[in-house]
Amino acid sequence: MLVGIVSDFAIVLDRLERRFAEVEAVAGVSLSVPPGEIYGFLGPNGAGKSTCVRIMCTLLLPTGGSAAVAGYDVASSPDEVRLRIGVALQDASLDPKQTGRELLWLQGRLYGLTRSDTEQRIRDVSSLIDIGDAIDRRIATYSGGMKRRLDLAAALVHNPQVLFLDEPTTGLDPVSRARVWEEVRRLNSVLGMTIFLTTQYLEEADELADRVGIIDGGRLVAEGTPGDLKRSIGSDVIEVHVDGELDAARAAVLAVPGVNAAERRNETLLVETADGPAVVSRVALALNGAGLNVRALTLRTPTLDDVFLRVTGHHIRAAEGL
Amino acid sequence: MSVRADVREARAIHARKAGFLADTLAIATRAVRAIPREPEAIIPALVIPLFFFVVNVGALSDVATAAGGADFNYRAFQLPVAIVFAVTGVSRAAALVTDIQDGYFDRLMMTPVSRLSLLLGLMLADFALVVALTIPVIVLGAVVGVEFATGLPGLVAFVLIAGGWGLMFAGFPYAIALKTGNPAAVNSSFLLFFPFAFMTTAFVPQDAMTGWLGTIATYNPVTYLLGALRTLILAGWDWREIAKGLAAVVGVGSVSMPLAFAALRGRVSRG
Repeated sequence: MLVGIVSDFAIVLDRLERRFAEVEAVAGVSLSVPPGEIYGFLGPNGAGKSTCVRIMCTLLLPTGGSAAVAGYDVASSPDEVRLRIGVALQDASLDPKQTGRELLWLQGRLYGLTRSDTEQRIRDVSSLIDIGDAIDRRIATYSGGMKRRLDLAAALVHNPQVLFLDEPTTGLDPVSRARVWEEVRRLNSVLGMTIFLTTQYLEEADELADRVGIIDGGRLVAEGTPGDLKRSIGSDVIEVHVDGELDAARAAVLAVPGVNAAERRNETLLVETADGPAVVSRVALALNGAGLNVRALTLRTPTLDDVFLRVTGHHIRAAEGL
Repeated sequence: MSVRADVREARAIHARKAGFLADTLAIATRAVRAIPREPEAIIPALVIPLFFFVVNVGALSDVATAAGGADFNYRAFQLPVAIVFAVTGVSRAAALVTDIQDGYFDRLMMTPVSRLSLLLGLMLADFALVVALTIPVIVLGAVVGVEFATGLPGLVAFVLIAGGWGLMFAGFPYAIALKTGNPAAVNSSFLLFFPFAFMTTAFVPQDAMTGWLGTIATYNPVTYLLGALRTLILAGWDWREIAKGLAAVVGVGSVSMPLAFAALRGRVSRG
């Protein structure tokens, strides 16, 4: 078992495993995150994201492999890890009967801050999350967005080196989501904080993360910058909607020169190609030649969902049952 | 990546372990602060003992005096019963379950707080509360003429013994809360209150009890707790009776506390 400082990386997972009875929630995940990076951990519900985060946040022990955060092994030096991390879990973990200030105060005290340091940090994080006078109201009166922002403030009171955000915008309206994104960017750019962000929202990972790891079935199936991941499946995607059999359409499209791949997605055929503008008309002609009535052809650049489909065989939203 | 000067200054503030005592006080402070915000949890503990004291004295005083003689002070005899009713089963266990269900307990677990403090802080707050809950009962007793044969020191000992009992009994709901994380299970722990409180010398002296109830009362620790509390009011510093009462408190604690701390170990285990 590793003891003490184990690496210069902010986070290192080495063949991390976690079983719950017969269920293998995490099955050998290895990754490393350098200091100052925003790492997006992308996957559907049940993929193993939250289990990985709970291990890194010292709430769970791994059943195999190892995890080191801020230079310390989570199994052998949990308190050293706890002093250096801030965590906002999936559901804002707050006490509705306390005021925002009381909650932040308690956090500060439990992290050993002096009274004056705690007051200073409450001022700092209050301005950071723009909570205003609401900080002296009971948390029970807060909106969902305010609770998430207070949760974030509680994670920041002690100046952590590494911040874990577990699905920070799930359930938020678009305006609140945009505010959280802005705050995450600011924390990273202004404080230089390492941020490990789990999300099931593709656009969130795309917008925020320097690098993205895609997890499915407890395994890391792809990793890279959002741009690299998208480029890995070809430069363009053509979405095809036809009246008739998609399998026939797929067969017709695959015969078109320049088409790299074609995958069904519900009632849509996704066609990957290196040169969309040149290929789209040929695709239309091939479909027409196969006797299929084309309802729509849409040319777009690839998304992380396309990457997810490529590496897992299913779409992230389909995996969520949406 | 550049870091601004004011940010560098803020970064000079670093987390460190606060220490066991500071952790316990911080958790206790939060718990005490929450008490007046949950009047629904406190009102029954305030009202029930006063109600029983008034009703029991009103209904049974003449009978008891007739049976026990003119010198028998039934009001003083009943005051400890009201106190035991006030302090038994009062705890932050229900609030602890809410913390567990809401994920706030996990937030605390991700801090470097001493795990022991998570429970001891609540118990410290409980002790403060049960001591506070004895005050209205004692005041009512004083109003109806109950005096302490042991004077002010006896009153202090009375409150501390009663508070100790309340604290030891609270180990049971904490054990259930930490083991199950289930509010219904914690509420059902109130059922323990009835045999402890009623199958004892709550209404008549033990030598007046016969049959199975007398036998159960002999083995009920509350009998000896009431005996110690009554001694402080009625008789004086009878150390033998007081020692029996303290032994009853410690005896119950020797069961409830290991259960509670074992449940805490299970709850904070990362396995």
